[in-house]
Amino acid sequence: MKKVHVNEDKCLGCRLCEYWCAFSHSGEKYMPDAFNLQKPPVPRIVVEENDKITFAVACRHCDDAICVKSCISGALSKQADGTVLVDESKCVGCHTCVLVCPFGAIRMDEGKAVKKCDLCLKTGGVPSCVQHCPNRAIVYEER
Amino acid sequence: MSKYVIIGNSTAGIAAAEAIRKTDKKGSLTIISEEKGAAYGRPLISYYLQGVTTDETLPYRPADFYEKLNITLKDGVKAEKIDPSGKKVYLSDGESVSYDKLLVATGSVPFVPPANGLDEVREKFTFYTIEDARKLKAALKPDTRLLIIGAGLIGLKCMEGAYEITHDITVIDLADRVLSSVLDEDCAKIVSKKIDEKGVRLVLNDKVKEFHENYCVTDGGVKVEFDVLVTAVGVKPNVSLVADAGGKINRGIVTDLKQRTSLPDVYAAGDCTVSHDASSGADKIMAVLPNAYLQGETAGFNMSGDDREICNLVPLNSIGFFGVHVLSAGSTQGAMLEQKGEDFIKRFFVKDNRLTGFILIGNYDRAGILLSLIRERVPLDTVDFKAMTLLPELAFFPKTVRREKLDR
Ligand SMILES: Cc1cc2nc3c(=O)[nH]c(=O)nc-3n(C[C@H](O)[C@H](O)[C@H](O)COP(=O)(O)OP(=O)(O)OC[C@H]3O[C@@H](n4cnc5c(N)ncnc54)[C@H](O)[C@@H]3O)c2cc1C
Repeated sequence: MKKVHVNEDKCLGCRLCEYWCAFSHSGEKYMPDAFNLQKPPVPRIVVEENDKITFAVACRHCDDAICVKSCISGALSKQADGTVLVDESKCVGCHTCVLVCPFGAIRMDEGKAVKKCDLCLKTGGVPSCVQHCPNRAIVYEER
Repeated sequence: MSKYVIIGNSTAGIAAAEAIRKTDKKGSLTIISEEKGAAYGRPLISYYLQGVTTDETLPYRPADFYEKLNITLKDGVKAEKIDPSGKKVYLSDGESVSYDKLLVATGSVPFVPPANGLDEVREKFTFYTIEDARKLKAALKPDTRLLIIGAGLIGLKCMEGAYEITHDITVIDLADRVLSSVLDEDCAKIVSKKIDEKGVRLVLNDKVKEFHENYCVTDGGVKVEFDVLVTAVGVKPNVSLVADAGGKINRGIVTDLKQRTSLPDVYAAGDCTVSHDASSGADKIMAVLPNAYLQGETAGFNMSGDDREICNLVPLNSIGFFGVHVLSAGSTQGAMLEQKGEDFIKRFFVKDNRLTGFILIGNYDRAGILLSLIRERVPLDTVDFKAMTLLPELAFFPKTVRREKLDR
């Protein structure tokens, strides 16, 4: 299946992917409206950074997804198209998925359902992080 | 056509059914369940009490699950006896079902120790099933004085759920701290502090000497008045079906790595089994949902002819009480490393160049990266472990390893 892949040699560490991810899932139409909320929206992609490298990490939509198997409520599930999605109405925020995801790709949103990459399937087309990466370090492709 | 029978319609049973249907779409598949209705995530019962989970969001799987997987659910019926030579299960409704492959996924049963005067208490509950939660919810009113015996995971989750209805709660435990099976003294203090702040009374290091209809007296001389009592001192593996049939038991049902019991064509998975802890090498009753799933899945694959072995099971827990989250995994063997701040504590246990366990409170972003160090037995000198104790990142793995991980 097509996934979000990151080329760490090209990543600039600008974090635009984080901002666009958060914004495009915020439900707001105008970026400042999203980030001037009392609690800014949580990005589902995370940029890692140390003195040598930077790169972004998002859900791998694993075939054998350990988060789905470990979910205590059944909120996380593997869809027929391969995506791993969270049903926010069922998630109780226990964070067992945060404890088991070996990529650290499930994000917490205080007191609320966890957030994770949904490949922007609802908004259609190419994931927002991919669209807005200025250096084409993030791509959406099958490998 | 194979006949599969699963006893227990909870996490381990459902996991097995899902695995069986990946390999065998045709065989007949029957689930026998003492509890009525579709499966639900058992940990949700406290969220149900709290009002966070509703009847709509309770089910573990979508409404068409049983139909889609062509499962016959016999609910409200108890399996009473296994006849391993005749390959039959006898049921409480007088019927019997025969099997080619049987899975016992009977979970745990709440343990209620005998106590003086307990018979006098009229409003008393255990906290293990959704039925328990429904009954308790109906019994609780805003002015109810609630007494919970047991400050372990189940007792404290019950406390948190009930707090939405009544603030008048007392919790008594024999141990000197809360969550004594998961937390050491310092970590337990952080949780108790939050409980104190909420005005819940904790009576630790003490036990009830005798119950009366509306009060109890402890060994330590504390008198607690109550209207409703919940006993949550612990659970034990539900092994009786396999024990009675002559299967091997060592506290829990003993299985091999394919989840086979000592009885032919009888498998077992989940809370009812004893399992191997990869972090300590010990055989343990783990009784957590993620492991019940993994074991059930492994059983299901093997029952339907797809050879699999269970590996890398470690105890793990992620639980929150009044907004304080505690994540723990593995064991506490080896030397301890600590990171501490005003509102967080992280403890790591390291032995022979491997991470054996951790406890994280208040700061646990990306904790799964740490769990992977335990599960995959990663030699710590191949990563920047010190940096990971501050914030776990994939950046601290060598580039080739990271590439391999992410390129999938
Ligand atoms: C309040 C509470 C909170 C919890 N929180 C967490 C948590 O946060 N994280 C976590 O990992 N775990 C948690 N757990 C533990 C978790 O619920 C269990 O580990 C998990 O449910 C085990 O699944 P299982 O399928 O092995 O067994 P169970 O869920 O115990 O289910 C066994 C089923 O088998 C049925 N059964 C038994 N005997 C028979 C019979 N003879 N015939 C027919 N049916 C039978 C029972 O009725 C039951 O429905 C919690 C448990 C409780 C009670």
